[in-house]
Amino acid sequence: MSPWQSIPRSFRRHPVRPPDSGIARRKSIWERLHLDPWLLLMLLVLMAGGLLVLYSASGQRIESVIAQASRFGIALAGMFVLAQLNPSTFLRWAPLAYGVGLAMLLAVEIAGDIGMGAKRWLEIPGVIRFQPSEMMKLGVPLMVAAYLNRCQLPPRFRDIAVCAVIIGVPVVLTAIQPDLGTSLLMAAAATLVVLLAGLSWRLIAFVAALVAAGMPILWMNMHNYQRQRVLTFLDPDSDPLGSGWNIIQSTTAIGSGGVWGKGWLEGTQSQLEFLPERHTDFIIAVLGEEFGLVGMLVLLVLYTLIVSRGLWLAAGSQDTFGRLFAGSIILTFFIYVFVNVGMVSGILPVVGVPLPLVSYGGTSSVTLLAGFGILMSIHAHRRLLSR
Amino acid sequence: MRKRRDTLKNAEQELRIFRVRSLLAILFVLVLTGVLAGRLAYLQIVQHELYTTRSEKNRVRVEPLPPNRGLIFDRNGVLLAENRPTYNLTLVRERVDDLDETLALLVDLLELPDEEIEAFNVRSRQRQRPFQPALLMSDLSEDQIARLAVNRHRLPGVEVEAQLLRYYPDAEIMSHVLGYVGRINAEELRELDTGRYAGTHFIGKTGVERFYEEELHGEAGFRKVETNARGRVLRELGRTDPVPGRNLTLTLDKSMQSLAFELMNGRRGSIVAIVPQTGEILAMVSTPGFDTNQFVTGIDVASYRALQEDIDLPLFNRAIRGHYPAGSTIKPFMALAGLVEGVITPDTVISDPGYYQLPNDSRRYRNWLRWGHGRVDLERALAVSNNTYFYSLAHDLGIDNIHEQMSHFGFGQRVAFDVQGESTGLLPSREWKRARFNQSWYPGETLSVGIGQGYLQITPLQLAAATATLANRGHWIRPHLARMVGDEPLPDVLPGTLDDIRLDNDAWWDRVFSGMEKVLSGSEGTARRTGVGLEYRMGGKSGTAQVFSLGQDQRYNADELEERLRDHALFMAFAPIDDPQIAVSVIVENAGGGSTHAAQLARAMTDAWLLRDDAPEADEVLNELENGSATVEGN
Repeated sequence: MSPWQSIPRSFRRHPVRPPDSGIARRKSIWERLHLDPWLLLMLLVLMAGGLLVLYSASGQRIESVIAQASRFGIALAGMFVLAQLNPSTFLRWAPLAYGVGLAMLLAVEIAGDIGMGAKRWLEIPGVIRFQPSEMMKLGVPLMVAAYLNRCQLPPRFRDIAVCAVIIGVPVVLTAIQPDLGTSLLMAAAATLVVLLAGLSWRLIAFVAALVAAGMPILWMNMHNYQRQRVLTFLDPDSDPLGSGWNIIQSTTAIGSGGVWGKGWLEGTQSQLEFLPERHTDFIIAVLGEEFGLVGMLVLLVLYTLIVSRGLWLAAGSQDTFGRLFAGSIILTFFIYVFVNVGMVSGILPVVGVPLPLVSYGGTSSVTLLAGFGILMSIHAHRRLLSR
Repeated sequence: MRKRRDTLKNAEQELRIFRVRSLLAILFVLVLTGVLAGRLAYLQIVQHELYTTRSEKNRVRVEPLPPNRGLIFDRNGVLLAENRPTYNLTLVRERVDDLDETLALLVDLLELPDEEIEAFNVRSRQRQRPFQPALLMSDLSEDQIARLAVNRHRLPGVEVEAQLLRYYPDAEIMSHVLGYVGRINAEELRELDTGRYAGTHFIGKTGVERFYEEELHGEAGFRKVETNARGRVLRELGRTDPVPGRNLTLTLDKSMQSLAFELMNGRRGSIVAIVPQTGEILAMVSTPGFDTNQFVTGIDVASYRALQEDIDLPLFNRAIRGHYPAGSTIKPFMALAGLVEGVITPDTVISDPGYYQLPNDSRRYRNWLRWGHGRVDLERALAVSNNTYFYSLAHDLGIDNIHEQMSHFGFGQRVAFDVQGESTGLLPSREWKRARFNQSWYPGETLSVGIGQGYLQITPLQLAAATATLANRGHWIRPHLARMVGDEPLPDVLPGTLDDIRLDNDAWWDRVFSGMEKVLSGSEGTARRTGVGLEYRMGGKSGTAQVFSLGQDQRYNADELEERLRDHALFMAFAPIDDPQIAVSVIVENAGGGSTHAAQLARAMTDAWLLRDDAPEADEVLNELENGSATVEGN
């Protein structure tokens, strides 16, 4: 028996049900909407809790909460639309989306806008201004999943080499903008696809060794501000008023929260503005200060449940492309959580990663819920594909 | 078919791989979540207290509340030092959008000199935390405040702050005795109790302000405030009020001090007046004075240099640090030394041929009157200021006895209780000369000391203190400036008071007093012109201190000498003789002999204290001096 048998019944229902035998069966409302009620419920709880923390973190400005809530509304609508699409659509459009994204990354390199010391933005004046690298966070794993879908798995060395090129080009283009954080997340999301596809353990060990050996080279090619971040991470007290300020203030906020927290709207670090970026990247420190360890553990459990449910849905897909892409989406989501909480609590260097669905901001919410939309589509349309 | 079978088989295998991998992924997720949870538990349980402290330190700021400095009054309650509200311009760098532009606008509005901007740049670099205001300019005028108020919207981050600043209403008259406060410098900061001086920017630098710094300063208070990250105070969490400094009532009489200052009439010199029975210093003037208020706000370099390089040395406190030869004013004390040691009695008579010669020495030590005074006893020796009598007395006493007896009068040591920066003067002895010049003492040098010349150097305060002791018939009362510290009077006997001087026969005091009275009232008295019309009995002694010494048998004509090479005029006096109320010492630099100029000023002082409203005004005295004869008679 596979280990999945021990999973509770409610979670097991869809994957273990025998394929549709053709006998008319009354579809539930969720099946008709192509949504997974458990996942949706947990996401809504997460977003609601996030809004609660945001109200405190924004200095009790209800306007921020309303703005964020309306972004959630738009993002949820996007998720719903994507969930209706057939996964084969994503598979079909993958090469084109990847190609366009690559072209835009090149365009950024040639004619991009400089903002905050890095070329990240592409602007069509008066129409739109966006970061192609953000789009490619979904685009690259999509392409890799689409490619591996055509190969025999576990992938052979030739396929892995092709995947390395598919991943490498946009990652390098993003890294030289320079946007190391995004390029690493992009690489992670795409590499996860290859890992889930069955990359041999020996190769994994070999690559890990290679990465370790490549660290000094990476260090030498880093920009000064990037090196500073790493140094600050290693010793925040070396520059307490400068680059160490953020991490000192966030650990102070979390640590002073204790087990039960100081109470909602009562966190002095957050309310008196000692905590920087408190409604965006460092919002979890507000939660830690006001709701304590208890609040933090509730949040972590919620994230773990979402990831588990997502992986379960991915495993239920009978088609390679859907499985790989859905698995990559949900594990990338977890990487966001881990990197954000790790950085705010001081065990990872400061990189600009928001806390999924809690941090204030539109782009990341839309991208994340789009990912969940695709995940639900893959889940809901599995029988069509299996035919 | 085969291909189809392959793919089916592969699909199964792929699903198996995926399931194993995602199972591993879940495990990985759980491990990483465990790492996060562990980290959070470490921060929130193990290190909770450390971070609670850090967060409190962020939030709560302890602000010092500096105490108000005690006020200083004269003996009649006239205010001598007060705290006046002034307005300072401060700037918070973090709130200013464009610093250069703001500074340019301020320079334009207030007509600021460039040095102010320079000094501001230095101060703003010394800030301890962000959002701390830096001082841009102190003591704004009302006009400047108005101009700032109008342009306020163009000047974010620029604030006008009220501050209490020390102010001396009679700065020039009181300059040396009162002293002044100034900004605490780095050296003083090292020595200070930083808790007591938290929030205090000024400290007493000289004079009474320095000596009574401890009492005047008071105790700092504190308030705990909650602030946000930008340093804005949100609310007060608790406070300890400061204890204001204690007010000081001085023994000085402002009208006497003013009179003394006016009598000096711009000349260099000093007047000190003491109440003999109590040791209270009524007046202690050193001229020229200077405006101490300049030092409170911070004197500019040019003005300070001007004061320092002034040939009249206005910053120099002559009353306590000026070293002058005593001249003939030493003679009453020499006479008393002779009586104490039994070398003379009041009836001892010598015959004066106009000079004195040491045994086996051809050199003649001259009396100021070339042909001599003939038969001279103690009283006449004082009245006519006979040198020969005192040469003989000095020789008989010897330098060791002179040193011993003069030190009983306070010469060669600090005499006052609470006068900051007093000098000891110089009372020579064999040991001193050996240490200083590695030479033995010559008998001729004893004779010079006997008439107040040679190595002997005194300060005006010492002369006044010695005169007061003499007027008290040898009873020492330590001179002092403070009458009351807060509500507490100074103790009756101050620590460090010298032992009383006792004569074998108490009536001998009267003989010395009688000699001193004849200086002013006798037909031969050196200051008999000053004694005309005295309404009380006054004793005194004139003196002349040579600025430059004459060779053997040389005489000089005062008119031919450069003003600054002329002799210093000295006079010491007390009155009334039967019940002394005031003792005075006067030194006027380069005024020629002491019997005219200095004696007139001394009498003006005693008149003012004893006759009060009936006394002549300063300008009347000065007019009389002007019109009267400037002839030098005696020394």
